[in-house]
Amino acid sequence: MSPPRKRKIRLVTALSCAVVLASALVYTSFTAASPAVTPSQLLAQAQPGRTYQLTGKVVANSIRRAADTLDFSVIDRTGRGVSVPVRYTGAVPDAFREGREVIVSVHRQGAGFVGENGSLITKCPSKFAPAKTGSKPY
Amino acid sequence: MVVGAVIVILLLAGVVWLVGEPLRAAAGRDPEAADDGRPGLEAAKEAKYREIRDAEMDHRTGKLSPEDYGRLDRQLRTEAVEILRRLDELGPEPRRSPPGTASL
Amino acid sequence: MGASVGRAALILALGVCLYGIGAALYGARSGRREWVDSGRRAVYALALILTVCFAVLEIAFLRSDFSFDTVAGHSSTTTPTFYKAAAVWSSQEGSLLLWVWLLSLWSSAAIFLTRHALRDVVPYATAVLLGFGAFFTGLLAFLATPFATTHPVPLEGVGLNPLLRHPSMMIHPPMLYSGYTLFTIPFAFAVGALVVRRVDAEWIRAIRRFALAAWFFLGIGVLLGARWSYAELGWGGYWAWDPVENASLMPWLIGTAFIHSIMIQEKRGMLKIWNASLVLATGTLAILGTFLVRSGILQSIHAFGASTLGVPFVVLIALLVAGSIYLVVTRRDALRTEHHLDSLLSREAIFVLNNLVLVGLCFVIFWGTFFPLISEAVTGAKSSVGPPWFDRYTVPLALVLVLLSGIGPVIAWRRATPANARRNFRVPTLAAMLALGLLLATTTAAREPVALAMFCCAAFVLGSVGQEFYRGIAARRAMSGESLLVAAGSLVRRNRRRYGGYTVHLGMAVLFVGVAASSAFQDARDVRLAPGQSATVGGYRYTYVRPTASVVNDPKRTGSLLDLGAEVLVTRGGHQAVTLYPSRGYYPAPDTSQGPVGSLIGGEATSHVGLKAGLRRDVWSAIEPDIASLQPLIDRGNKVVPATRPDLAFVVLAAIADHYRAAPPPAQFRLIVSPLVTWIWLGGLLVFGGGLIAMWPAPGRRVRARYLARVGRELKEAPTPV
Repeated sequence: MSPPRKRKIRLVTALSCAVVLASALVYTSFTAASPAVTPSQLLAQAQPGRTYQLTGKVVANSIRRAADTLDFSVIDRTGRGVSVPVRYTGAVPDAFREGREVIVSVHRQGAGFVGENGSLITKCPSKFAPAKTGSKPY
Repeated sequence: MVVGAVIVILLLAGVVWLVGEPLRAAAGRDPEAADDGRPGLEAAKEAKYREIRDAEMDHRTGKLSPEDYGRLDRQLRTEAVEILRRLDELGPEPRRSPPGTASL
Repeated sequence: MGASVGRAALILALGVCLYGIGAALYGARSGRREWVDSGRRAVYALALILTVCFAVLEIAFLRSDFSFDTVAGHSSTTTPTFYKAAAVWSSQEGSLLLWVWLLSLWSSAAIFLTRHALRDVVPYATAVLLGFGAFFTGLLAFLATPFATTHPVPLEGVGLNPLLRHPSMMIHPPMLYSGYTLFTIPFAFAVGALVVRRVDAEWIRAIRRFALAAWFFLGIGVLLGARWSYAELGWGGYWAWDPVENASLMPWLIGTAFIHSIMIQEKRGMLKIWNASLVLATGTLAILGTFLVRSGILQSIHAFGASTLGVPFVVLIALLVAGSIYLVVTRRDALRTEHHLDSLLSREAIFVLNNLVLVGLCFVIFWGTFFPLISEAVTGAKSSVGPPWFDRYTVPLALVLVLLSGIGPVIAWRRATPANARRNFRVPTLAAMLALGLLLATTTAAREPVALAMFCCAAFVLGSVGQEFYRGIAARRAMSGESLLVAAGSLVRRNRRRYGGYTVHLGMAVLFVGVAASSAFQDARDVRLAPGQSATVGGYRYTYVRPTASVVNDPKRTGSLLDLGAEVLVTRGGHQAVTLYPSRGYYPAPDTSQGPVGSLIGGEATSHVGLKAGLRRDVWSAIEPDIASLQPLIDRGNKVVPATRPDLAFVVLAAIADHYRAAPPPAQFRLIVSPLVTWIWLGGLLVFGGGLIAMWPAPGRRVRARYLARVGRELKEAPTPV
């Protein structure tokens, strides 16, 4: 086989491998992804057995600690609409508290939702809040 | 407030002096020789020498058979000689900058 | 006064950038060197001005000058001095100032080092660097100024977010930003080279140095970030595939690919288009990384919130991408390859494979990071992929990468003969087999095949790098008769790039052993314990011995007013292993709405993990005390303390701490036993030690000049040796 021909075959092989791998990647990303939802969307569309990424604010006075679990409710970022009860196991991030924005992966269980261990993320309020002149960012 | 203004003016003056100096000095200076490709050739020579040493290391650490090494070394040296010849064609190096400063 | 100096200096800095761009470009077009020199000096001037700006801000923070909005928003009189100094870059505007200041310093260094070199390329590189400078000083002057002031001056500031009060805050951001800004330098020199169509040996030498330095600093920054995350509760361990973490990893991966493939261009004149694309991509990804932290477009723990900087950054990135593509396409005649791959069994071929894997890794990470945006564009609904999706692709790619880093060193350039290759693979393969046998016989590694595969790949690397060092030293000793250590020293000294690189490979293998072991064999538990109770995790028995509580006197010196924790005794098989002191600090609230006592501790809270790091495993613990059970006491205290005597609140707080010590409620613990985590940091040290060796300037110039002269003479005398 002549060298240019050999090179062409190599190139085509490499390119087809890349295309196959890339399509697998794209396909799995769409099937494995969990939709990002707000509490009201979650209540409207949640199917059992599916994981959702819930974003919202922790409702004031909703945090209850039982023996090994933590119960709290999440409401839309605007503070209006319905709230969703979430049961979570495990340690929560330092910045977790009432009124704070959280992201947590949940799935339906009975009437409520169960958060996946280690999936709770708290958005840091002060680190990078846009400071308005003359007011405190908190 | 006055101190602040003084700092800003000093800063401005320093900056103007800093960027303006080459323009003022240019008037009384000989134009420098144009780049004749020498630095590029020098760097190519160094890279080629490094390649020769690399091949030698590869041979000594058992990655190149004696025949392959002999062939490769001859080829690399021919390439090095070609670079040296092109450097010689440029003539002796003009002393325009302290030696060594051109390299990184 | 300081603020107006700062504002004026920023405007001046912007002016200097614009002047420098004009001067450098005019000098390059007209061939007038003095204008190019003036443009170069504009970079130095920019560094000078920004140093003044940064000093003004730093002094304002150290003096707690709350007339600066950013000081009032990110520092306070109660913030310890060490953290006041670091609080400068905790804000959006302060971190931008740090970014552009570092850009000006590193650019000055690069422009100074090339003052007698690359005469045609430098003016354009200068213009590009000053262009970045203009963009960022423009943002600072008009959109996110750190020198905004308030009147009347607040009496107290908000304080540095307690989550950021960690010693890493002092060193991690400057390192990371150094890496980002350093990657703009190879970018700038690549743009310059493409503009003048010159990608020769001198350019390669310069750009390789700069890329290596950027790779080095960004790598340190990434690793320090991982170490910091590991010591925090709720940051997901040392790596969580968080967008901000990913953003810093992407340019590093492409940079790694570049410093390998540029060697092929140096030796063979191949892959020029590929290399130009890689180096332009690293610069663009570095800017993208800077942008991701501030855009608010992706959800991240570490990101700045929604900000006004999105549009300018998107415009800049679009400009960088379009400009890069335009340059590569229009310059493809200058980037024509001089040779073709001789054989698939050559170091070039291994490097090409390594490049493909690294670019593939970067693509996976890019896709996963931006998936929320991609899915929203495609399906209309935002969704995201989690760590399992990342792991599915990155783990096999990492395995291949580690294996390649063992194969590369034992394969010769150009063409290796199969017989030689077989001989050279013998030791590494044996090492891998030996590791496999030992691990199967003595440990339970068999239940985690992926980790087992990684251990074997690492053993392969150890075998191949060890063999290389051994043979090199043996060859050197045979020639010079030096002692073992002297021979090893002179071998490395004379072949810095080669043996520095091998050390990096070894370090990466060690690092990946740590990653594989700690992710596969980690034991973690969340338990609620009362004093006296124990929990067993991974063969270790944690006993909550007694509570700890301190008021004002915070053991980590982060400025918390109340610190509640536990003394935890860890035993293994009845023998005492270690005593840990995890705790949680409580910081004052920004206002007094929670009463005189409640406000002292009603702000943020942050965990201090109790950690015993060891070569074999780390024993990790964090505590979440039940502060809610103290609420009745706090409420009572709020009523008792009169508004006229707020100092009495501290007395009440001390009483509450005493109460906590005497009658502690059960506390929530997170307990982790994780093997070989320390290997990650040790591997990192090896990587950066190797990087330093490879970067170190060649031996004394005079020695080298004499040596080169001799080689030149000898080569001339005997052009065709037998």
